[in-house]
Amino acid sequence: MSGKDLKKYWQENLTYVFILLVVWFLASYGAGILFAKQLNGIRLWGFKLGFWFAQQGSIYIFLVLIFVYVYLMNKLDKKYDVHE
Amino acid sequence: MSVQIWTFIIVGISFAIYIGIAIWSRASSTKEFYVAGGGVHPIANGMATAADWMSAASFISMAGLISFMGYDGSVYLMGWTGGYVLLALLLAPYLRKFGKFTVPDFIGERYYSQTARIVAVVCALFVSFTYVAGQMRGVGIVFSRFLEVDITLGVIIGMCIVFIYAVLGGMKGITYTQVAQYVVLIFAYLVPAIFISFLMTGHIIPQIGLGGTAADGQYLLDKLDGLHKELGFAAYTEGSKGMADVFAITAALMLGTAGLPHVIVRFFTVPKVKHARSSAGWALLFIALLYTTAPAVAVFVRTNLIETVSNEPYSNMPDWFHKWEGAKLLKFEDKNNDGKIQYVAATAENELTVDRDIMVLANPEIARLPNWVIGLVAAGGLAAALSTAAGLLLVISSAISHDLLKNAIKPNISERGELLAARIAAAAAVIMAGYLGVNPPGFVAEVVAFAFGLAAASFFPAIILGIFDKRTNMLGAMAGMVIGIVLTAAYIIYFKFINKPMNKPEHWLFGISPEGIGTLGMLVNAVVTIVVSRITPAPPLRVQAMIENIRIPRGAGKAHAH
Repeated sequence: MSGKDLKKYWQENLTYVFILLVVWFLASYGAGILFAKQLNGIRLWGFKLGFWFAQQGSIYIFLVLIFVYVYLMNKLDKKYDVHE
Repeated sequence: MSVQIWTFIIVGISFAIYIGIAIWSRASSTKEFYVAGGGVHPIANGMATAADWMSAASFISMAGLISFMGYDGSVYLMGWTGGYVLLALLLAPYLRKFGKFTVPDFIGERYYSQTARIVAVVCALFVSFTYVAGQMRGVGIVFSRFLEVDITLGVIIGMCIVFIYAVLGGMKGITYTQVAQYVVLIFAYLVPAIFISFLMTGHIIPQIGLGGTAADGQYLLDKLDGLHKELGFAAYTEGSKGMADVFAITAALMLGTAGLPHVIVRFFTVPKVKHARSSAGWALLFIALLYTTAPAVAVFVRTNLIETVSNEPYSNMPDWFHKWEGAKLLKFEDKNNDGKIQYVAATAENELTVDRDIMVLANPEIARLPNWVIGLVAAGGLAAALSTAAGLLLVISSAISHDLLKNAIKPNISERGELLAARIAAAAAVIMAGYLGVNPPGFVAEVVAFAFGLAAASFFPAIILGIFDKRTNMLGAMAGMVIGIVLTAAYIIYFKFINKPMNKPEHWLFGISPEGIGTLGMLVNAVVTIVVSRITPAPPLRVQAMIENIRIPRGAGKAHAH
């Protein structure tokens, strides 16, 4: 693989990582900590929303993020022909 | 059958399985000993990672800790899971491609320096030893509470079991035993949780029961908030820590998770780079099963406890109350001599002291579950402690035989010699860990909590920048690591050991407690690393080529064979 392709592959990877980490930050530090008080005003069934994000929701979102990354990277590896 | 007999049978069967697996999966090469030959299926590796990661503290103490901290307990839930996102996206695939055995290997080669390698070895040994002592202690406690054997004897039994499969099997033996241990521990955690959720809310899934209604039609969380207010505690769903501190502690735990050597090394055991990514996902899935159940258990047991004891006559207390009083996990002191239990926030009037461990240990009895469930909880606690201990012992043994002996002292040692050295180091580490378990230095419990902050402030930036910033060089990384770890350690030592009375929010830097200071240490480390690297020469070309190489997945299998 040429140096130019490598650069593009790496750039796309970094874009994925950046977007996913923004979601990661918003789900945990955002919804679970910084805005927890405000979100607690919203009810989801028996949960206050901020509390739910802090003790349940953030963990589910973490899981989804990893598997989305795995899916995106498997596709990207094939696209640039660097898969094993 | 009695609880005692059930416990012996279930613990006995689980131990027989672990030893059987150890004999079946003996390691015959250093590659098998350090990284299980690099051929572990990602799902199996995920389970092993989960068992490795979840210690006696996760299993026994976490739900209790959360039930006393309420919202503030979220720092542990998010902190000990969010790090896996960082591992999957930023670390695991690249370290797998790098294809060596240990974290000091990476630091040593990426920063082309024997000194950097040795600094990393020392950090890895320090973190692992403090951590492993706590695990052996956990083994002893489970033995003494459930089987009524002496703590010392319990630790020795635990040592013998770990000795057999860690020394014989190395990473290969440990990995497959951990898979079995994960199954035992998650089953033992979920069975009582499902029962108690059904009893209290009518939902069999605890995560849903947590948001459900109690028998009186009130939402359980609202009810608990109400009870807390009545008794003078902070509202359960709101907590009382400052926001900056919650933020910093969560970050320190996340970054620390991603920097812990015994977690990172697990991703060296799968065949391909894509498996390293997915393996982190599987690990988090298996961890999340327990970590999303724990806050539900915390609420169920907390509500149950308050309803059972608050303002009730002491003479009405059920059997489990007296049993755990005997084990000194509950203490009642009738201060106003009215024969009733006052359980309130104000220390002067509070008459009941509750140990946090009781929330999981007594859960089956509080919910009146059959005796075999209690035996199962004992086996689960032991599985959690033993699996974590084994993972840490492997890091210790590989740090000594591979990083120190093979790479620093005696490079021409033969494969057989190195394997023997690894086994001797593992054996010595087991004995030392056992000794620390029997005679725990007073500070172990304190230090374990800080291992994360120290790992975050030292390893994390060095590894991340090593992968993502080609310009980061030896001087930058060393300066960053040293400043990061010194600042963090100094802050912790000052507030926790030298000047304890000062350890209050108004004296903390930016309102960040010693538990969360690792986050600040990490930031300082990163800034120093980047600045110093920019004003000193770039790393050699061969190192830059290596970085290019670990960024693409292809060739990981080949890179590994030797």
